[in-house]
Amino acid sequence: MLKLKNVQTFYGNIQALKSVTIEIAEGEIVTLIGANGAGKTTTLMAVCGVVPPRSGEISFMGDPITGMEPDKIVSLGICQVPEGRRIFPYLSVAENLDMGAFLRNDKMEIKKDIEYVFDLFPILAERRHQAGGTLSGGEQQMLAISRALMAKPRLLLLDEPSLGLAPLIIKKIFEIIGKINAENNTTIFLVEQNANLALKVAARGYVIENGRITLTDSSKNLLANEEVKKAYLGL
Amino acid sequence: MIKFDEIKRAVLVSIWFMFLTFPIMVIRVNPVEHIVEWRWKNMVLVGIGSFLLSFVWNYLMKRKELGSKEAEAGEETIKISLFHRALNEKKIYLPALVIFGIFTISFPFIFSMYQTTIMVTALIYVMLGLGLNIVVGLAGLLDLGYVAFYAVGAYSYALLNYHFGLSFWIALPIGGALGAIFGILLGFPVLRLRGDYLAIVTLGFGEIIRIILENWNEFSFGPSGIANIPRPPLFGMDLSVHGSTTYIYYIMIVLCVFTIFVVNRLQDSRIGRAWIALREDEIACQAMGIDKARTKLTAFSLGATWAGMAGVMFAAKTTFVNPASFTLWESIIVLCIVVLGGMGSIIGVIAGALVLVLTPEYLRAFSEYRMLAFGTLLVVMMIFRPGGIIPNVRRTYKFESVKNADKS
Repeated sequence: MLKLKNVQTFYGNIQALKSVTIEIAEGEIVTLIGANGAGKTTTLMAVCGVVPPRSGEISFMGDPITGMEPDKIVSLGICQVPEGRRIFPYLSVAENLDMGAFLRNDKMEIKKDIEYVFDLFPILAERRHQAGGTLSGGEQQMLAISRALMAKPRLLLLDEPSLGLAPLIIKKIFEIIGKINAENNTTIFLVEQNANLALKVAARGYVIENGRITLTDSSKNLLANEEVKKAYLGL
Repeated sequence: MIKFDEIKRAVLVSIWFMFLTFPIMVIRVNPVEHIVEWRWKNMVLVGIGSFLLSFVWNYLMKRKELGSKEAEAGEETIKISLFHRALNEKKIYLPALVIFGIFTISFPFIFSMYQTTIMVTALIYVMLGLGLNIVVGLAGLLDLGYVAFYAVGAYSYALLNYHFGLSFWIALPIGGALGAIFGILLGFPVLRLRGDYLAIVTLGFGEIIRIILENWNEFSFGPSGIANIPRPPLFGMDLSVHGSTTYIYYIMIVLCVFTIFVVNRLQDSRIGRAWIALREDEIACQAMGIDKARTKLTAFSLGATWAGMAGVMFAAKTTFVNPASFTLWESIIVLCIVVLGGMGSIIGVIAGALVLVLTPEYLRAFSEYRMLAFGTLLVVMMIFRPGGIIPNVRRTYKFESVKNADKS
C-alpha cells in the first residue's frame, strides 16, 4: 500500500533520513521504533509531504506521491495524527471533529462517523461542547485520533500517541488503535518510542537508527531480539 | 462588603503616591524671588485621587478574579452575555434592528452635516475593520501594513480618474480588485511567516507603499497629492456639498451592509473554517488536508479587497489624497478597532470602529488629553475585557445522534 524507497531528506544541510526503505501492506499495523532524533517523525513528515524528500520515491497504492502538496496527499486517504496531538485549542470537541472531515461533503456519513468515534471514545461525547484546549492530555490524544478518523483515511499515520500520557491511558489508546484496525481494516503506521507497547499491537516493525533502517522483522521476533531488548525495551 | 483590608490597601497606595509625587506636585521653587512654595492642596488632591482610583481598581480586579473562578468551577454552563442572549431572542433583536435601521436612514436629516461627515469616516473605518478582521480575527495573521491596501484603493480612484476620467462607480470595483491583487502580492513572500515575523514584514510592506507614493513624483504627484477628485455622481445631477455628503453617507451604509453580509457568509463557509483552522494550528490545519498557501492568500486578498474599496470611498469623500493619510498610525487604529471590538466578532468590530473613531471626534474639547484617554482606554479594556467589547461567540455545530437521539 505504502512504499518508501531509498528516501533521503534534509533539514538545510543536515541529513535526517539516509536511504529509508519501508513497505506497508493493506490492513497491516506496522510500527517504526527508534530513539530520540533517529528520524521517526521525519519519516512521517516525508510521507505527508510536509518535509519532501530530496531523493528517493514514495508511492501510495502504486501511484507516486513524492513531492506532492500535503493537502493533496491527505485527499488520497493518508491522514496523520501529528506529534504532540495538535488539536484546535479554541474549537469545541465537535468542531474539531468537523474540521477533520474538512475534505468530505457527505453530511449523513459524517454524522455516522461522529457517532462511531463517540462510541470508540465515549468521554468525547460527554465533552462535545467543551473547548479542545481544556481537555486532559489523554482526552486530547483521543480527540486527535478521532479527528484523523473523521477524514476516513485508508492509511492512518500515528506519531507517538503515547507522548506524555499516563500508562493506563496509553494502554487504553493502544487497545483502540488495534480496534480501529480490526473493525475498519484501516492500515496503520505507528511511530513510537514506547517500543514494547508498539510491538505488541503491531504485526511488523522497523527499527530506525540515525536515519537508517537497521532492522526489520515481525514483532514477535523483534521482541525476542537481543539487541532490540537491550536498546529499546530496557531488559 | 467593603473590608477593612481593602481600605488599608487603598490608603497605603494613596500615601505612596503622595510621597512619589511630592517633589513635583507640592514643592515649587521660584528661583527669581528665592522662595519655595509649598502647595499642600495638590498633595491632598493626589491623595484623594489615588485612593479612589486604587479602590476602583481593586474592586474591578476582584470581580474579574471572581469571574474566572466561577468559570473554572462552572459545570459546562457557558456564560453568555446579556447582549448575546438578546441577539438570539427574536422578539428583542428584530425591533431593535428596525429602530436602528430607521435611525441610520434618518441620520443625515436629524443631525448636521458635520455629524454626517464624521459618521461617514466612522463607516469607512467599520469597513476597514471588517476587512482586517478577516486577516487578523479569522485567519490569525497579524497584519500591520493594512493601510497599504487602503492607499492602493484611494490612489487607484484618484489616478484612474485623473488620467482616464473613470467615474466613481467604475473605480469602486477596480479599487477592490487592485486591493486584492496587492493582497496576493504581499501574501506570496510571507507564506512561510507567522506571528511577529509576519507583523514586521507587513509593517515594511505598508511603509514601502507609502514611501513610493511620497517619492515617485511622476506617478503619484508626491507629497502634494492629487486634488479635485470628483464626488460620486448621482444620475448626472449636480449635488451641493451637503447633498453629496448625504449621498456618500448612504453609499457607505449600503457598502457596510454588503460587507457585513459577505463577511458573515464567509465566516460560516468552508473557507472560513479553513481560516479558523489556520489560526488555531498550522500543522494540524495541513494534516486536515487544508491547502495552507491558498488559505493564506485568500485571507490576504479578501481582506485587502475591502480596504481597496474603502480607499476609493475615502478619496471620493475627501476629494483629495496624499501620502500623509496612509501612515502606520492608520494601520494601528484599524488593528485597535479589531482587537478592542473583539477579534472575529462582526458586531464587536462595528462597535470598536464607532468607539475609536467617534470618541476622539467628540472629545475635541479635551484634545490635549485625547491620546492619554485613548491609551488608558486600551489598557483598561485589555485587562478587564480581553475578548473585546463584544467578544465573538462562534456558531456552534450541533450533532444529533443518528442511532439513539437521547443517549447522552
